[in-house]
This record gives sequence, structure tokens and C-alpha cells, in this order.
Amino acid sequence: MADAAIARESTTAPMLAVRGLNAWYGESHILHGVDFDVARGEVVTLLGRNGAGKTTTLKSIMGIVPRREGSIVFEGRETIRMSSNRIAQSGIAWCPEERGIFASLDVEENLMLPPVVGEGGLPVAQIFELFPNLRERLHSPGTKLSGGEQQMLAIGRILRTGARLLLLDEPTEGLAPVIVQQIGRTIAKLKERGFTILLVEQNFRFAATVADRHYVMEHGRIIDMIPNEALGASMGKLHDYLGV
Amino acid sequence: MTEIFGIPTQALAGQLLIGLINGAFYAMLSLGLAVIFGLLNIINFTHGAQYMMGAFAAWLLLSKLGIGYWWSLLIAPVALGAFGVLIERTMLSRLYKLDHLYGLLLTFGLALVLQGLFQNEYGSSGQPYRLPQEFAGAFDLGFMMLPRYRAWVVVASLIVCLTTWYVIERTKLGSYLRAATENPTVVQAFGVNVPRMITLTYGFGVGLAALAGVMAAPIYQVSPQMGANLIIVVFAVVVIGGMGSIGGAILTGFGLGVIEGLTKVFYPEASNTVIFVIMVIVLLIRPAGLFGKER
Ligand SMILES: Nc1ncnc2c1ncn2[C@@H]1O[C@H](COP(=O)(O)OP(=O)(O)O)[C@@H](O)[C@H]1O
Ligand SMILES: [Mg+2]
Repeated sequence: MADAAIARESTTAPMLAVRGLNAWYGESHILHGVDFDVARGEVVTLLGRNGAGKTTTLKSIMGIVPRREGSIVFEGRETIRMSSNRIAQSGIAWCPEERGIFASLDVEENLMLPPVVGEGGLPVAQIFELFPNLRERLHSPGTKLSGGEQQMLAIGRILRTGARLLLLDEPTEGLAPVIVQQIGRTIAKLKERGFTILLVEQNFRFAATVADRHYVMEHGRIIDMIPNEALGASMGKLHDYLGV
Repeated sequence: MTEIFGIPTQALAGQLLIGLINGAFYAMLSLGLAVIFGLLNIINFTHGAQYMMGAFAAWLLLSKLGIGYWWSLLIAPVALGAFGVLIERTMLSRLYKLDHLYGLLLTFGLALVLQGLFQNEYGSSGQPYRLPQEFAGAFDLGFMMLPRYRAWVVVASLIVCLTTWYVIERTKLGSYLRAATENPTVVQAFGVNVPRMITLTYGFGVGLAALAGVMAAPIYQVSPQMGANLIIVVFAVVVIGGMGSIGGAILTGFGLGVIEGLTKVFYPEASNTVIFVIMVIVLLIRPAGLFGKER
């Protein structure tokens, strides 16, 4: 591709374009043609009931679901056939729903574990500014932290790597309101720093405070897209979608 | 002559030393098994055959090519490590998605095949391996003579074990290994090439077995069964220490070697079974082993 073409693409094309994504766990067909885009610098959420396929969508982008078809283009490159380590190397980082903190590593080792994949990652000092608790617990085993601290560690460790797109799977799940607010402020700061974020949420009140746009998932498909400005007007619809 | 509990000090020290030597081999072999089991979740039944091949490699290098002990210490582990990489790539890697039992069957079958091949070629009688000249003689410790080579084996295996422990428990590379042992999916999703790490880890474990084999060559006879005889005890050591614990494998290896040696002094009739008796007791009281974690 010529340089001019790359330049044109990087200004007009979305950072992440998902088209006709299908995914399976063994025999069960979970995603049935998922389509959506994320533009550079955006914070976009995937909303939907339990079991709608939000986690599976993130895992498919990350290359973890063994059988997936369709197209996932990240920064102009097709990644649907790549192994998950190559996808990570291309600049996508994942914060799993179960957090994935390692018990046999202390907090510092957990924090420093993900390899650097590009320039522009946050220096560790800035990660400690976002999450001061981590600095005080550096030498505790990772899983001895509280749930909130483990979540901070799970987010903090992927900020160092220089990944430009962050996939966050329900980072507020089961956490106290103060910590939910802290994570909300963190997401806002990360957006200011130029990170692009795809956020899975069940809590749309929280989602409304941080996101630019919302996609609604149901039964393995995207069924609606709501810009954050239109969220107030779409409350009735959302209650139907989410059953809340 | 001085005595302890009515046993001459010299006999006691002599058996302690034999215990330490055996313990050195138990430790190196159970360490390799623990590293392999941790990451691959496979009980490597080929380990004894790979140890035997390490000893044969040293013997072949010396008798066919005139290449001595020191070079063998390097060449045999690298060559057998490469052989391990080949086994992992072509065979073991196909089994990870299946039940544990398949890995066990494959490595067990492979051990029989390899052992059979060597038996066909070299017969079952042992070949002596000439002690390197540097190691002729012994240190006079006052209460006993300590053969130089045996002192070297204990020290070298301690160095190998502690270095391995340090790399796994205290370095960045080790943190990848420990993390991938817990959750390979997440580690790979961070950008680490976990399949390659698994391959190299198997190669490393096999190399460690081969290194133990080279070190054993001047002490024991180099024979096709040497691994099969030893590995049964080593599996008992691994069960006692607990699968997957690196430090536990080292401590248990040396500890049980010494206990076995002492049993030879105090109650010789039990010296061949003491490790298995301990295994049964440990299994009854702590099924995960002394240092193992419940999975
Ligand atoms: N590992 C798995 N094996 C089989 N089915 C799975 C697996 N993980 C999730 N599922 C199924 O896939 C569907 C979507 O799950 P998921 O993507 O986790 O939903 P969400 O994150 O939206 O709650 C659910 O029906 C769930 O039961
Ligand atoms: Mg989910």
C-alpha cells in the first residue's frame, strides 16, 4: 500500500471495523454476524443482557475464541486469522471479565508482566497516580488484593504496553460505588490521553458517564446503536433491551 | 573410632554421601518433571529414557569421537533438548486439548520404544564411562575420604537446581512461565508467544534430564535400563514433593536421597522401600504432596 493510501485510510477508516463476525464454542453458535465500528479516540460500549455475546465479541477480537469467521480489521489490517499474541502485538490489549490476576506473581510482577508492544504507553509513575493503592501493595501476591484493587491492577498493567485500543470487560462489575467512580474518572483520563476504548457494561448509568456511543447486543447480534447524546431520549427502548 | 548411635561415623558419613549423590539425581530429574508438568500439564514418562540417552550421548561422544566429559556436559543436553523440541512439536502439541491420560500414554510408549532401541543396539549390559582425570582421587575430610567426582556431582547439581529455581521464581522470564502455568490464555493475549514457550520449556526439561545422565555416566553403568530403574523412585519423589512446585521438587529430591541413605545405615532391610512408604503416608495425609497446591 502506498504511503498516501495509508494516510488516507488512517484519517477516514475506523480504527476497528467488525463485519459479519460469527463465533462458536464447540457446537454452539454464539455470534451471528456482528457488525460495528470504533473510531480512533472514541469510548464505545457494548450493552446487553447476560449471555448476549459481549464477552465473546471481545474474545473474538482478541483472537481467543477458537472458531471465528467474518472480518475484524484493526488499523487497516485483517486480524481474523491471527493468533492472539500477534493481535496483542499489533496494539490491542484486553482486560478480562475475571480480571486474570496471577496468584503466583506479586503485584509488581503482575503489573510488569505484559510486554511492551509499541510506543506511547503510560510510565509506571502515572499508573500509580491513577491507582495509588497499587504502589502500597507492590509485594503482595496478586490475588491477595481486594476486588477493586485487582480491577485496578488488571487495567493498570495494560496501560504500560503502548496498546492503543483497550478492551475492558465489565470493569465495574461487583465493585463499591466509590471504586466505580474512580474507574469512571480513569476512563475519562485515558480518553484524554488518546486511548481508544471498547467497554462492555451492564450498568448503562455508568456507561452514560464515560462513553461516546453505545451498541446494544442481543442473541449474538448488534441490534441498535445509540449516541450518548440520544441516551436520555432512548431510555424506554433501553429498558426494553436490557430488561431493567 | 567414634560412633553415633552405635554406628561408626565413617559408615554413617559414607551412606550420607551416597544419599546426597542419589538425592542430587532425584532433585535434577524431579525438577525437570515439575517444570514440564507445570506448563504442559503432562507427566513426562519419557524422562527416564531421556536421562539414559544423556548418559549414552556422553559415552558415545567419548568412545566414538573422543570427545570428553566437559564437552559432553554441553553437547548432550543441547542435542537432547533439540530432540525434546521435536517430540513436543510433532507429537505432544497435538494432545493438549485431550485428556491428561493421552500425554501419559504417549510419553510412556515413547520411553519403551527408546529404551528398546538402545537395548537392541547396545545390549542390556552396562558400559563403563571412564572418570575424567581431573576427578581422580579424593579429599581427605579427616573422618572420611570424599571422592572428588562425587563432591562435584553434589555441588554441580545444587548449582543447576538453584539456578533453575532462581530463574523461575525471581526473573522476568520466570514470571512469564509462572503466569502461563496459571493462565496461558491471558499471557498469550498480552502478546507472549506461549506455544513457543511451551516447546522451549519441554526442551529445557529434557535437557536437564540429559545433563543428569551425563553426570551419572561415570558413577553408574551406562545401560538402557538405567533410566527406567531410577525414574520410578523419581516419580515417588515428585508425588511426595507435590506436582508443579519447583522449590519443593529440589528439597524433596535431596531430602529423600539423604533419608534413603540413613535408612541403609539404621535399617538396611527397608532402604529400597522407604521412599515408597513415605509416599503412601504423604498421599494419605496430604494428597497434593508436601509442597503442592490443590488443583
Ligand atoms: N466457554 C464457553 N463454552 C460454551 N459456551 C459459552 C462459553 N462462554 C460463553 N458461552 C455461552 O455464550 C453465550 C454468550 O456468552 P458471553 O459472551 O459470555 O455473554 P455476555 O458477556 O454478553 O454475558 C452464552 O449463552 C454463554 O452461555
Ligand atoms: Mg460477559
